[in-house]
Amino acid sequence: MSRVALVTGGSRGIGRAVAELLATQGHRVAVNYTANEAAADAAVEAIAAAGGSAIAVQADVGDADSVTAMFAVVGERLGSVEILVNNAGITRDALVLRMGVEAWDEVIETNLRSVYLTSKAALRGMLRARWGRIVSISSVSGIAGNPGQANYAASKAGIIGFTKSVAREVGSRGITVNAVAPGFIETDMTDALGDEITTAASERIALGRLGQPEEVAAAVGYLASDDASYVTGHTLVVDGGIAL
Amino acid sequence: MDRSEIESKLNDLLVDELGIDRDALAQDAKFEEDLDVDSLGVVELLMALEDNFGVKIPDEEAEQITTVGEAVDLVEKKLAS
Repeated sequence: MSRVALVTGGSRGIGRAVAELLATQGHRVAVNYTANEAAADAAVEAIAAAGGSAIAVQADVGDADSVTAMFAVVGERLGSVEILVNNAGITRDALVLRMGVEAWDEVIETNLRSVYLTSKAALRGMLRARWGRIVSISSVSGIAGNPGQANYAASKAGIIGFTKSVAREVGSRGITVNAVAPGFIETDMTDALGDEITTAASERIALGRLGQPEEVAAAVGYLASDDASYVTGHTLVVDGGIAL
Repeated sequence: MDRSEIESKLNDLLVDELGIDRDALAQDAKFEEDLDVDSLGVVELLMALEDNFGVKIPDEEAEQITTVGEAVDLVEKKLAS
């Protein structure tokens, strides 16, 4: 069944892989971006070239008014959001003793506040339809911790607590709320870490390599599908066996 | 729109959407204690009222609603402003 899906941060990395997968499954996808319009348009074109249906929609997902406006646009152009993928996320790494308040706030706002804002907006329509899927991208950092990422890890752990709570709140209305916790995935975010760190990481990974965005997208695709109708409040770890 | 029209519409929503027994409806009926409507049900009811009457009910005001009468009062107030 074709549904309306919204993927935040859908223009690059894991988000783009998710948007492409959902489109191949026949869903109509809204690809949200914050600044990189060119990347968002490229993602939409790639989806169209593959026979799918997508639009690009700008919003700063940490900002309440921006999220409201985004949902209005998606509502008009595609319809009520049925599948919400909270993927938008940033890092501002620093040891906590050297971490400025702005670095803390920005990460919490973009990564966690956004999840609350978009979920609240999407649940309206999902409650009415008595069907919905909310899948948020957490991280093994949030589960196991990671030096230099106290802000990022806190935001990603926060997503897990939020996911479980909301799952309990709306489960009776046929809405599932889950999270996916990726490990090290080959994207711009890990490219920025440099070879030394990613090589060292590979040694701790059971599968001995970084993951691909498509491998995370597959997990999101499953949770967004009817196959996962009895899975809720769950965090599906996709980390190649690093945080065992 | 007068109060009795709002009340009538609200009662219809309670019966049709939340499956409440029409005989149980009264102005002072409490959603949770008397009508067995859970907190999510009250949220859904207020959303349906917003859609039906074209009004906006902010979160802080929605929190105060515990009875049928209070819901009618709030919609009446929003329609008047």
